[in-house]
Amino acid sequence: MRNSSVIEAKDLNLTFETNDGPVHALKGVTLTIDKGDFVSFIGPSGCGKTTFLRVVAALEHPTGGSITVNGMTPDEARRQRAYGYVFQAAGLYPWRTIRGNIRLPLEIMGFPKAEQEAQIDRVLDLVELRGFGKKYPWQLSGGMQQRASIARALAFDADLLLMDEPFGALDEIVRDHLNEQLLHLWGSTNKTIGFVTHSIPEAVYLSTKIVVMSPRPGRITDVIESTLPRERPLDIRDTPEFLEIAHRVREGLRAGHAYDD
Amino acid sequence: MMRSVLPILTVVTALVLLWYGAAISMNSKWAQDQAARAGLDLSFTELVADTWSQDRPRLPAPHQVVQELWKSTGEMALKGRAFSKRSLIFHGWITLSATMLGFVIGTGAGILLAVGIVHYRVMDMSVMPWAIASQTIPIIAIAPMIIVVLNSIGIQGLVPKAIISAYLSFFPVVVGMVKGLRSPSIDQLDLLRTYNAGTGATFWKLRLPSSMPYLFTSLKIGMAASLVGAIVGELPTGAIRGLGARMLTGSYYGQTIQIWSALIAAAILAALLVGTIGLIQRATLKRMGMQP
Repeated sequence: MRNSSVIEAKDLNLTFETNDGPVHALKGVTLTIDKGDFVSFIGPSGCGKTTFLRVVAALEHPTGGSITVNGMTPDEARRQRAYGYVFQAAGLYPWRTIRGNIRLPLEIMGFPKAEQEAQIDRVLDLVELRGFGKKYPWQLSGGMQQRASIARALAFDADLLLMDEPFGALDEIVRDHLNEQLLHLWGSTNKTIGFVTHSIPEAVYLSTKIVVMSPRPGRITDVIESTLPRERPLDIRDTPEFLEIAHRVREGLRAGHAYDD
Repeated sequence: MMRSVLPILTVVTALVLLWYGAAISMNSKWAQDQAARAGLDLSFTELVADTWSQDRPRLPAPHQVVQELWKSTGEMALKGRAFSKRSLIFHGWITLSATMLGFVIGTGAGILLAVGIVHYRVMDMSVMPWAIASQTIPIIAIAPMIIVVLNSIGIQGLVPKAIISAYLSFFPVVVGMVKGLRSPSIDQLDLLRTYNAGTGATFWKLRLPSSMPYLFTSLKIGMAASLVGAIVGELPTGAIRGLGARMLTGSYYGQTIQIWSALIAAAILAALLVGTIGLIQRATLKRMGMQP
């Protein structure tokens, strides 16, 4: 069991010093994420879900407690190219084609030319953007841009994919479609995914494990292991099982006084 | 196309009319003095005709300037004397070469300073105030000193003018490039951090391409400033060549038509230079795939 855990956080604390006094972004967060898990982090703004993801990515550093990624410190894990990160905004470079954008991490990491092209072909297929490689970002819809940014995160074949509200800016129909695609991608690549969201149905539909968080201080109020099967058609969302889990998430959010204000 | 042509033509026509009107009122005193001395009485049409055709008017009429421009450029070029000392093409070339050299020096220095300012906190704190201070000194005050100092170490001719021109043109490039190199968002910088990218990769792959639109805007301002610098550099030195020298000798001898034609020639030169940068900007941004 020990060697199959990808992320292990123990009593993690992170306090930002601001002019209005300290802000406890994370307090006593203990969590284990196993290989192949699809873990969603849900909670209102300021609950620390994004901060936790950024700590895993070594974009923020904890002020207390410990965290390992693949058994290493987050900084070491980053140097080992342990994870791909997807931001809320696709953030594609307007001066690069879709292929060029996906090539960016490969260039920086010094992949050989031939391998770069092979990897780009592979991930373009994964996100179903074959044939769009030569387009510029502005020629693609918002959903397609976000898929291209996922392809960019997958290009160097990290086992861990960290996604910070990747579909937050998209409309519901596109979002459903991308959720379905993401599940398919997860099923076919066996990656571990950490996924931040505001949406209860999205979290329940996608995850094997749902982490419910609440703000001030940012902490975990409930961790729900999903009982849904790995194969999930979209209409699974109408089953009693699904609704029961969604109910428990909602209860968890309420228990954390998440929506007091 | 037609939509933009019409307003432009309207404004140009209005300006030309205003100019002719001003020429009448500014030159009429001299015309009437002359007439009084000769014991003549001028009718209105005679007065107007006279104010528009004096040899040394206070304000030459547009057609006089255009005639002078043609005489000193196209006509001389047709005679094969484009580079004679009376040709504005010759003087324009002198000024242009100082402008271009100054522009290259100024732009290069501006970009290097901006790169330093963005990457080193010490430079950010120390260079920027000096750069701003440098622009508060009137160029007309500092130009003669630059010329004298450089002359004393044996440098004269093109280089001192180019340096004055660079002094004016580096500033907009510094300001624009600092803004451009800092234009990537936090998310974009974080993305590169997740790739473990170093300062060099961040600069070449993100900061520099992001700064291109800012660079071209700065280059346009810098180019115009370079030209002003080169002309100003010709004024205090008693230079005998260049558009600035033409303006200066024109004012010594009361040759207002000559001053104005040099002035218009400088304006045309500036428009051509800035327009060229505009074309390069369009082609570059298009090649970079920026949304048209």
